[in-house]
Amino acid sequence: MSFAHKHLMGIEELSAEDITLILDTAEKMSEVSRRPLKKVPALRGKLVVNLFFENSTRTRSSFEIAEKRLSADTLNFSASTSSLQKGETLVDTVLNLERMQPDCYVIRHASPGTCQLIHPFTKAALVNAGDGTHEHPTQALLDAMTIRQKKGDFKGLEVLICGDISHSRVVRSNVFLLSKMGAKVTVCGPATFMPPHMGSLGVTVTTDFEQALRGKDVVMMLRIQMERQTKGLFPSLLEYYKTFGLTEERLRLADKQVIVMHPGPINRGVEMASEVADGPYSVILDQVENGVAVRMAVLYLLLGGSEDETAH
Amino acid sequence: MKRKTLFDAAGIQRSLGRLALEITERLQGCEGMVLIGIHRRGVPLAQRIARLIEKAEKAKVPVGSLDINLYRDDFSTVGAAPVLRGTQVDFDISGKTVVLVDDVLFTGRTVRAALDALVDLGRPARVQLAVLVDRGHRELPIQADYVGLSLNTRREDHVELLLKETDGEDALILESAAPSARAGSEGKRP
Repeated sequence: MSFAHKHLMGIEELSAEDITLILDTAEKMSEVSRRPLKKVPALRGKLVVNLFFENSTRTRSSFEIAEKRLSADTLNFSASTSSLQKGETLVDTVLNLERMQPDCYVIRHASPGTCQLIHPFTKAALVNAGDGTHEHPTQALLDAMTIRQKKGDFKGLEVLICGDISHSRVVRSNVFLLSKMGAKVTVCGPATFMPPHMGSLGVTVTTDFEQALRGKDVVMMLRIQMERQTKGLFPSLLEYYKTFGLTEERLRLADKQVIVMHPGPINRGVEMASEVADGPYSVILDQVENGVAVRMAVLYLLLGGSEDETAH
Repeated sequence: MKRKTLFDAAGIQRSLGRLALEITERLQGCEGMVLIGIHRRGVPLAQRIARLIEKAEKAKVPVGSLDINLYRDDFSTVGAAPVLRGTQVDFDISGKTVVLVDDVLFTGRTVRAALDALVDLGRPARVQLAVLVDRGHRELPIQADYVGLSLNTRREDHVELLLKETDGEDALILESAAPSARAGSEGKRP
């Protein structure tokens, strides 16, 4: 089977087969990163523009490494140093870049649906690297790759996602992906962080963290975005930690083979204790490593076309 | 469409036996030799040849597999990206004699890509090529060192090798696109 999509705007439009193909391809890609010579010519001569209108260090570097390992040419475009500061609109920026003949845009923006907005103005492939609170598909895919490596399969897995559910695009992409793959998802967090539509996505919603932890195979803790703390959505970081922080003691409520995940960057002592983040159940650094492989797979599947597979 | 079986399971095995013999004869044994199969059907072929050599020489022959899809030269054309099978070479190839193994040698483009993939993994002392079938119609200056069967074909013919490991049965099949009055072929022998 082959990948039938031209863009990766979200997990919502992918099938379980598409997801499996991306994960299988990513597994093969990780071999390239383990070589002494970490580069293959697959995307030689392709131009990938990284359009980052929102701050991001790790997602941007992960994409950039993936692009370089596949030999694509890269152009980094960040909002702080661009003409957007001079008042240019997003569409005008794209129309200008378009004349540089890019093959792909990797886009991070604070507004949901940015890829869809740009879509009519470009011939290039679009990869969503996070659009507001909507989706962050490559994050969900790297999470899935990590889960599959540790658990083998998604069928019947009990997954808990805990934290700031309402401000998290990671949650939406993960809920779409895990449900399509047959896992059972529970989301947990303070009521002030829980969007009203969550139940309609087919997940269990709770505010009782300790109860939710029981028997879970995967526990995914989300970052508390400190900048949002001023809005008074919860009383204090210490109080948040007391109710929703993942400690070693609480982790014992989960399955004996539990894995602990976090999309990073971690606030130690807010979402989880240092002993948990650095402990034997943590797969947080595997997630980072798999991020490069998943992004290589996505770029390869979108840009690496070929006419005839059987020519010897 | 005319379908003709050129080799059955025994024929394929006999041909591989001769390839194994030729390789060890030319290289004076199997010291410093590694076999690397090109996905997809070159991989089981390399494993089979290695078993035959190991049996005759009473020595271990390292076997690896090479996925050339990240090294193809036709990526600019429209179509879906080929499925990756993965490269697995768990040993150092530097200073070794690498025998690349593939099923059918045709245009030579797969072998060109395989050579590029190989030099990214190390610097072999020499690289040789073993194929089960050479069907001619090269588009690049590439020749095999060991050939199981040289076949006169027309360009539009289809040569297909089926193997137990990948297809459930062993058979070498020639599909002639359109049966023409001329019995001969336009295929040039190397």
